[in-house]
Amino acid sequence: MNFDWHVITNNLPFILQSLKISLQITVTAIIFGIIWGTILAVMRLSSVKAVRWIAKAYVNTFRSIPLVMVLLWFYLLVPQLLKTLFDLPSSTDIRLISAMVAFALFEAAYYSEIMRAGIQSISKGQLSAALALGMTRMQGLRLVVIPQAFRIMAPLLLTQGIVLFQDTTLVYVLNLADFFYQSVEIIGNNNGVYNEMILFAAVVYFVICFAASSLVNYVKNRMA
Amino acid sequence: MHIQWNWGIFFEQAPFGDTTYLGWLWLGFQMTVLLSICAGIIAFVVGSFFGILRTLPNRFLARLGAGYVQLFRNIPLIIHLFIWIYVVPDLVPESMRDWLFSLDPSIFIFMMSTIGLGLFTGARVCEQVRTAIQSLPSGQKNAGTALGFTLRQTYLYILLPNAYRRVLPPLTSEALNMFKNSAVASTVGLVELSKQANQLLDHAGAAYESFIAVTIGYVIINIVVMKGMHYIEKVTRLPGALGGK
Repeated sequence: MNFDWHVITNNLPFILQSLKISLQITVTAIIFGIIWGTILAVMRLSSVKAVRWIAKAYVNTFRSIPLVMVLLWFYLLVPQLLKTLFDLPSSTDIRLISAMVAFALFEAAYYSEIMRAGIQSISKGQLSAALALGMTRMQGLRLVVIPQAFRIMAPLLLTQGIVLFQDTTLVYVLNLADFFYQSVEIIGNNNGVYNEMILFAAVVYFVICFAASSLVNYVKNRMA
Repeated sequence: MHIQWNWGIFFEQAPFGDTTYLGWLWLGFQMTVLLSICAGIIAFVVGSFFGILRTLPNRFLARLGAGYVQLFRNIPLIIHLFIWIYVVPDLVPESMRDWLFSLDPSIFIFMMSTIGLGLFTGARVCEQVRTAIQSLPSGQKNAGTALGFTLRQTYLYILLPNAYRRVLPPLTSEALNMFKNSAVASTVGLVELSKQANQLLDHAGAAYESFIAVTIGYVIINIVVMKGMHYIEKVTRLPGALGGK
């Protein structure tokens, strides 16, 4: 196999553009996933049975469906939702937005489990103390318990973010030009360097994820 | 949102394959289960092998195990599948390539997806097995040595039986993950459950009906796997010892 490096250097702008899309999806999904996941975790620890049940059903449903199916579901549903909400013309490209929505809602289920473990690892006395100080239950959770849970869970949340970054390759099923699709299916196919671009994508993902997980480990060791 | 439901679509004749649309879904379901079981066997064997390697005193062997895990943890599954389907046949010797290309395309894709998914899940199993072995009290290994066992015997008769009992709960979630990950094989053209959902969408146009049916299929798989693993846990539990009650 002869590797032609010029293909990569010639197409560098497109490749960087597509990497931006991958990162865009990752970052939105991490931010909204953590926020919505934390809300779900608090809901699951609520004293109201119905609230607990709704959060549990949400998390279990998303955790039992493959990501590929979730992406296809949202690709199907998001246009309908947008149409009812904003009355958009049907020609707008909704692949990126539907991928973002799907990833955010899907990852929230996983983040919620991480946060629940974090909240439950904070000793009961903390919440009791907050209540004794005259705080409401919500204030106690918001000001005392959740900040500590975040600190403990930060490495796990970041590791989940790395997994999420790898999972963004699955927008392949929507033909969305993220890093993997752009380099392999478009640049690789058009220039007859399919195999080379697959290996190139593998190396890039390896370097990014390895560096990120090493960084997380370093931070974790510094914190401990 | 207004949807025109048409559940009768499942009993209509499919354009090819001499079956109904429901038959297509059933074929996809079987393919998903078959792929996951074959990949699961590979994952268990390979994962256990490297997991044990990582706990051995020999530093080179431990590094080898660590390298395997890093390689499969930091590259997305879809790229692994692409490598097995497109790159590997170009790298193997001529005679083997001829053999691979002489296979039926669907068998070739199934074989390569199984290997890819199996090795990918194996890296996760490897970590579970390693932590389980390392979580055993060091007295167990010493006791084995004190009884005159060799290292091999200590692993075989003392450490592994205990470690595998500990590894069952995390292995359950890995098994569930693997069944879900098998959907990724649809991107390399394996006609399994989620690919059938797409085919139904293309040929029958019944998007919601087919997606709901396929989603229910995955939920059923999940429930069965979970119950099955709990049953294994119950049967292998030692009364009064590790994980016993």
